[in-house]
Amino acid sequence: MSSEAPSFARRSHGWMGIKRGHRARPLEWIIEKGIQLVSYSAIVMVFLIFIFVSREAMPIFLGQMDSAAVRPALSVDEAMKLPKEDLRKYLDMTPDEFVKADAEVIKMLVDLRIESSANETTDKDAKLNTTQWSHLLGPYQWTGYTKPEYIWQPVGTIHKYNIVPLLVGSLKVSFVALAFALPLALGAAIYVSQLANPRTKEWLKPAIELLAGLPSVVLGFFAMIVMATFLQSVFGYATRLNAFLAGIALGLAVIPLVFTIAEDALSSVPRSYIQAALALGSSRWQAAYKIVLPAAIPGVFAAAVLGFGRALGETMIVLMTSSASILSWSVFDSARPITASIAAELAEAVFDGHHYRILFMLGTLLFAVTFSLNLIGDIVVHRLKRRLEGKA
Amino acid sequence: MAEITTARMASDLVSSSMAPKTKEVINLDQLSLFYGTSQALKDISLKIRENVVTAFIGPSGCGKSTLLRCLNRMNDLIDNVRIEGTCEIGNQNIYGPDVDVVELRKRVGMVFQKSNPFPKSIYENIAFALRLHGVKKKNELDDVIERSLRQAALWEEVKDRLHSSGLGLSGGQQQRLCIARAVAIQPEILLMDEPASALDPLATAKIEELVMDLKKDYTIVIVTHNMQQAARVSDYTAFFYLGRLIEYDTTLKVFTNPSHKQTEDYVTGRFG
Repeated sequence: MSSEAPSFARRSHGWMGIKRGHRARPLEWIIEKGIQLVSYSAIVMVFLIFIFVSREAMPIFLGQMDSAAVRPALSVDEAMKLPKEDLRKYLDMTPDEFVKADAEVIKMLVDLRIESSANETTDKDAKLNTTQWSHLLGPYQWTGYTKPEYIWQPVGTIHKYNIVPLLVGSLKVSFVALAFALPLALGAAIYVSQLANPRTKEWLKPAIELLAGLPSVVLGFFAMIVMATFLQSVFGYATRLNAFLAGIALGLAVIPLVFTIAEDALSSVPRSYIQAALALGSSRWQAAYKIVLPAAIPGVFAAAVLGFGRALGETMIVLMTSSASILSWSVFDSARPITASIAAELAEAVFDGHHYRILFMLGTLLFAVTFSLNLIGDIVVHRLKRRLEGKA
Repeated sequence: MAEITTARMASDLVSSSMAPKTKEVINLDQLSLFYGTSQALKDISLKIRENVVTAFIGPSGCGKSTLLRCLNRMNDLIDNVRIEGTCEIGNQNIYGPDVDVVELRKRVGMVFQKSNPFPKSIYENIAFALRLHGVKKKNELDDVIERSLRQAALWEEVKDRLHSSGLGLSGGQQQRLCIARAVAIQPEILLMDEPASALDPLATAKIEELVMDLKKDYTIVIVTHNMQQAARVSDYTAFFYLGRLIEYDTTLKVFTNPSHKQTEDYVTGRFG
């Protein structure tokens, strides 16, 4: 008996709950296994989504896509010397079509390519493959521009796929959102959990949490129509829909999330700390600010990280309040976050085309960033907790 | 059973000296306390002397902890509490309109049943209390922290790890840290709410030793469930029952020759 694990160490005993020395509880066993399966399936689902999204983006990561608008035309002799597979690709034919076509048809198609190349644009940029990483991340001096620039213009003869403006747009909007939401949500959390009397707390807490139920499309609508006009008249900036407006609207969506988590963290600080502080002659505010807040730092940090993740991933609000994808660090300029680009452009991108694949690449990027953000947040929270508990 | 307890008590009492008749610093007059409509304390009048240890004893729910918390107004934190009568500390009614609760709690320190060091370093635990009361200079902080830890008989054990977390200490050490924190701001009165009830016998013995040592400098009021502890550490004992003060006298008298039947029954272990 003593060599066995204590009976409470394992919840279920043997297959179908049957084990010697225990009463069989097959129904409980089945329910337990069912719930276990459900919880594992959540992880599997997220994993499968990631696999799907990154698979669609894989040709971009591997540099297999070519977005050049003009490819050099080969003479008939050159074309005929090509290996069959290369020739098929050169003529943009499916294997089926290629098998059916005889030598005459092939020759005609090669002639056609030569003819059409005469009519193609003579822009030097048309020969570029803009899906290469150097073009995705680095600046380039396009025809008609006076200096190298970062440009996201996916539609047109020449597809400009520089993702830097989108990254900057996402960060800019998210930082404005956090700068706006964190102080408000934290302040509200400290007030509700530490200073408000119980009767106020009873209605104030659910009221703030109710904001989380506000559909983001409604919030976006409100921001686009009401807040945009109001903020423009207050700050007097030139662009009506800009990163500042998007950030503030996004902040409204982030506040209830940060508030809920931070309030929980602050409320779960043992009352004995507060009593100790008060008994030493601190005011309620000093106890809240100097004892409770530091003790709740892991939870507050988690709230901030989750808030940032939510801000990065939120789509509808930024889609409705952002416009042009220009690269600018000023919050009063227009911005277009990654999420807004994906939502707005994916429906119009050619299936399996380079634009389509780049949008998936952006999705993968977003997924990876939010995932690692949460992971880092988790690790930091864990460390902070250990330090507070005196274990590290 | 009762005889054995009494015999042990008597031997404990031999060690406690004759109760000194010092100045009275706490003066309760007709103090009543209500939680909503139920009355927890009934007309308590009591004078507590300076630089002695006064023990509050009584069965659970008799109001001894509630009374203790009246003395530094910790009951203010609970809703629906109403207090009648007066409670004077050093000739000032602490429930008067001109009293600053923060100032009061600086004068009347408290140690709780469950040790509650902050999740900070040992040093910062005490420094927090000192900074609240305007001590800011590093060397001044260092001095007072060392002095308080010595007073709480903890210095030798923690002097090499002042900057590690207070939560890493053992239960008894944590409680002594809380005592060090309370005495660091030099209160006049130190309230102790069953300070050793969660500790093992060795740690309890250390705390008791400390209590007897601290009464040189502070007026100590201690709530305890442990008869022997009351007999060992206190000079005066107050016995409460159902919200009333039944008997208040020198510890020697309460334990050897109580004037009320209820007190005798309780201290000899017949109920409670």
